[in-house]
Amino acid sequence: MLSTDDDILGQAEAWAKAGKGVAVATVVETWGSAPRPIGSHLVIDEDGSFLGSVSGGCVEGEVVTEALDVIGTGKAKLLEFGVADETAWRAGLSCGGRIAVYVEKVG
Amino acid sequence: MRLALLSALNAARSDRRAAVLVTDLDGGAARLVTAETLAGDPLEEAIRTALRTGRSGIVEGTRAFLTVQVPPARMVVIGAVHISQALVPMARMIGYDPVIVDPRTAFATPERFPGVTVLAQWPDEALPGLKVDRYTAFIALTHDPKIDDPALMHAFEKDCFYIGALGSRKTHARRVERLGANGASPEALARIKAPVGLAIGAITPAEIAVSILAEVTQAWRQGIA
Repeated sequence: MLSTDDDILGQAEAWAKAGKGVAVATVVETWGSAPRPIGSHLVIDEDGSFLGSVSGGCVEGEVVTEALDVIGTGKAKLLEFGVADETAWRAGLSCGGRIAVYVEKVG
Repeated sequence: MRLALLSALNAARSDRRAAVLVTDLDGGAARLVTAETLAGDPLEEAIRTALRTGRSGIVEGTRAFLTVQVPPARMVVIGAVHISQALVPMARMIGYDPVIVDPRTAFATPERFPGVTVLAQWPDEALPGLKVDRYTAFIALTHDPKIDDPALMHAFEKDCFYIGALGSRKTHARRVERLGANGASPEALARIKAPVGLAIGAITPAEIAVSILAEVTQAWRQGIA
């Protein structure tokens, strides 16, 4: 089943209320043909569990890694990705877009 | 983001209230803006536009990012008729959660609408419980004034983003007369899309369903304010 915003931000709240460190990543800018629209969310807990997406799967791994850092330091980060890099080609995506993702801690 | 803010955003969504989360990309404090708190907000105009279009984004010339949350659109169909049998599955594919209301128990059967919420009740009984709102597409298809008329009055009251009613121009002219005599304002009556659906020459029930959903989509994507 597709994850909706309902599930995604609801999950972030549930994790935080369970006492876990949580970060919310949001697509805040896109250039060219980006796979997920502005406002899309990926939520991450301190164990590296995640829900949602900010791309077609190309950069989620790196966002999760950065999110763990954000959960640790409490300091928000603005990340930029070119989607059409070598990894994207291997994954069969050549959309050529770029995205900016804002990652912040909940709490 | 404070947990309380995330909770408030989630609560607004589950209550079907529009809300905008304003995030400072330079790490400053965030805030939640709703219809009640919009007036006087420093970004009032930008937020008003964002609520109208439903689009999230950075406010030009600032470092403020707006996460826009408008309720998912719903659909109320009056009439468990042949067109509804085509309309409901198509509406689901587009992302609506359709409900059918028809007091005529011969029409409103689970056999005709497997897996669909069909309320075999009069609109006056069924509609109050459905929480019809601005973010609801409202389509009257029974062609029977006893059923469609009170339903349409309810749709006016709730200011649905789309109000459509089946019927020829002649039928519709009589409907406008009746509803007007019943107290509907000229503005409300002008909002009814009738004949229902975009004029694409639709003939079969499924084609009419396509034309209705095209018009609903147009209202949702281009017209909602």
